[in-house]
Amino acid sequence: MKNKGIRLTRTTRTSAFTYGLVIVAYIILRILIGFGGISSSLQGMLVPICAYVVMAISLNLTVGILGELSLGHAGFMSVGAFTGVTAAIAMTNGVPSAGLRLALAMLIAAACAAVAGVIIGIPVLRLKGDYLAIVTLAFGEIIKSILNNMYVGVDGAGLHFSMLTSSDALGLAADGKVIINGPMGISTIPELSSFTAGFILILVTLFIVLNLIHSRAGRAIMAQRDNRIAAESVGINVTKYKMMAFVVSAALAGAAGALFAMNFSTIVANKFDFNTSILILVFVVLGGLGNMWGSIIAAAALTILPELLRKFSDYRMLVYAIVLILVMLATNNPTIKQFFRKLFGKKKTEEDVSHE
Amino acid sequence: MSNMIPVKSDAIIPERDADKTPILECISLGIDFGGLTAVDNFNLTIGRTEIAGLIGPNGAGKTTVFNLLTKVYQPTRGTILLNGIDTHGMSTVKVNQAGVARTFQNIRLFSTLSVEDNVKIGLHNQMPYSMWSGIFRLPKYWSVEKKSHERAMELLSIFDMQDLADSRAGSLPYGAQRRLEIVRALATNPGILLLDEPAAGMNPSETAELMDNIRKIRDMFHIAVMLIEHDMNLVMGICEGICVLNYGKIIAKGTPEEIQANPAVIEAYLGKKKEA
Repeated sequence: MKNKGIRLTRTTRTSAFTYGLVIVAYIILRILIGFGGISSSLQGMLVPICAYVVMAISLNLTVGILGELSLGHAGFMSVGAFTGVTAAIAMTNGVPSAGLRLALAMLIAAACAAVAGVIIGIPVLRLKGDYLAIVTLAFGEIIKSILNNMYVGVDGAGLHFSMLTSSDALGLAADGKVIINGPMGISTIPELSSFTAGFILILVTLFIVLNLIHSRAGRAIMAQRDNRIAAESVGINVTKYKMMAFVVSAALAGAAGALFAMNFSTIVANKFDFNTSILILVFVVLGGLGNMWGSIIAAAALTILPELLRKFSDYRMLVYAIVLILVMLATNNPTIKQFFRKLFGKKKTEEDVSHE
Repeated sequence: MSNMIPVKSDAIIPERDADKTPILECISLGIDFGGLTAVDNFNLTIGRTEIAGLIGPNGAGKTTVFNLLTKVYQPTRGTILLNGIDTHGMSTVKVNQAGVARTFQNIRLFSTLSVEDNVKIGLHNQMPYSMWSGIFRLPKYWSVEKKSHERAMELLSIFDMQDLADSRAGSLPYGAQRRLEIVRALATNPGILLLDEPAAGMNPSETAELMDNIRKIRDMFHIAVMLIEHDMNLVMGICEGICVLNYGKIIAKGTPEEIQANPAVIEAYLGKKKEA
């Protein structure tokens, strides 16, 4: 019984630390904004940082907890961005409150991304390892291509869709307006996103992901990651739980996409390309697989870093890469690990189990 | 109710549980891998509370039989009846839900998870609640989690492993890992437990303890146990019926005494006697 207490506090402690990290960071930033301690360029980055943090947490669910490498996570983000913005524009007259409109748009974005997750998950989750990675990469590109060729407009009669044509083919009434204009994307986005909205989305995401992991479903997901054959031998429907994790991950990415898009006045499908998927994967790998607070810190730090490196101008991305390599080396160096362990007086075993 | 079901001659011990449907019946079971016949004409009946042994030289097809019973492979020929129900077309998951639990020759634990979580994963189908209850921490989550914690601890106490509940499964010593696999299998509430070399890598005193525990499990849970083992002391010590496999075929069946005296078994293990 005594041991149970220790274990519970360890799990709870990791979760509490993660929530605390986010809340403290929010409060500090709010105070700094109040005193004008943050440059305007950095202030403009707060919402994208929130979106990337949510993306990192949701991808960590797929890569760290489910154990499958996905290289097309930006695809779900773009599905969420485009459906969320479309929903927000369509709701302009119906729902006057900006906050409610943003929340509803995020929910619709999450639902649409979840549907995309199911459609992609059915073929993709039959594959393993490298094959799965390559196919998710392809799906990310397919989503980008579809959105690049899609035209959506709204008028008194409702929404109009068209593919591979032009915005004229929508046949809008005189009062209608084009929402998604093919490769030009969306150019009349209502800027509903705010830092507070992003903060709330991070908390909701953490709540969903951490509670999912520490429940029956989460154990089943991690069981199939650790040993698929053993998981089946104890009666776990592996396909169901893989799909569950993948779809939850896609839905959260969709909500993050909506948040991200509504911070800008225009958004194009090419923003959510392979590079973005890799960028998010870097957050996850750097933060540690299955380690949620690691993902949060990595996402925030690596989004700010290129901004801080502006003074290097042309060599910016070069320095960025070098910093990345150094951090990776440092976090894997036994001597440095040992040093930090001594510094915080932690025992080795505890450090090893912190992957929760 | 007590309509006597005649126990077939495939039974190792015909008199045991004669009035009940046997937990497991294999009727001319066979599997081919390409042109190779790995197991052929395998007939076996196991009573509800029997401890049966499956022995044979390396490569005889013992683990293949286990893989057939748990549907890791679908049999090419023959029928497996579980509790009198044909398992044809069932998946590994369905067969487990129907009452077959197993351990593995090369240990397959969820090694990054805690010991308790390993057992709780075994309880997955016994203690259900929905994903939403888990995410939103509904009352169902708390009540079922409490029950599954208690059940997991109860099961771990069979092997005195409660104190290890918070350790990482992968960091346990070898013997404890084997024991944990058995606990995890028991958590699925099986009717028959298949143990693939449970004593491998154990020292004599651990083996003796394991023998006691296997008997204890049978008496506590009223289940059948079938084990593959090379340790003859263990096999002869606890098995009530033994089936000997060689080149995928059954060469002998009987009580330990009968098996020890069987010339075909001696030949399979030691080779043919030289003609003098």
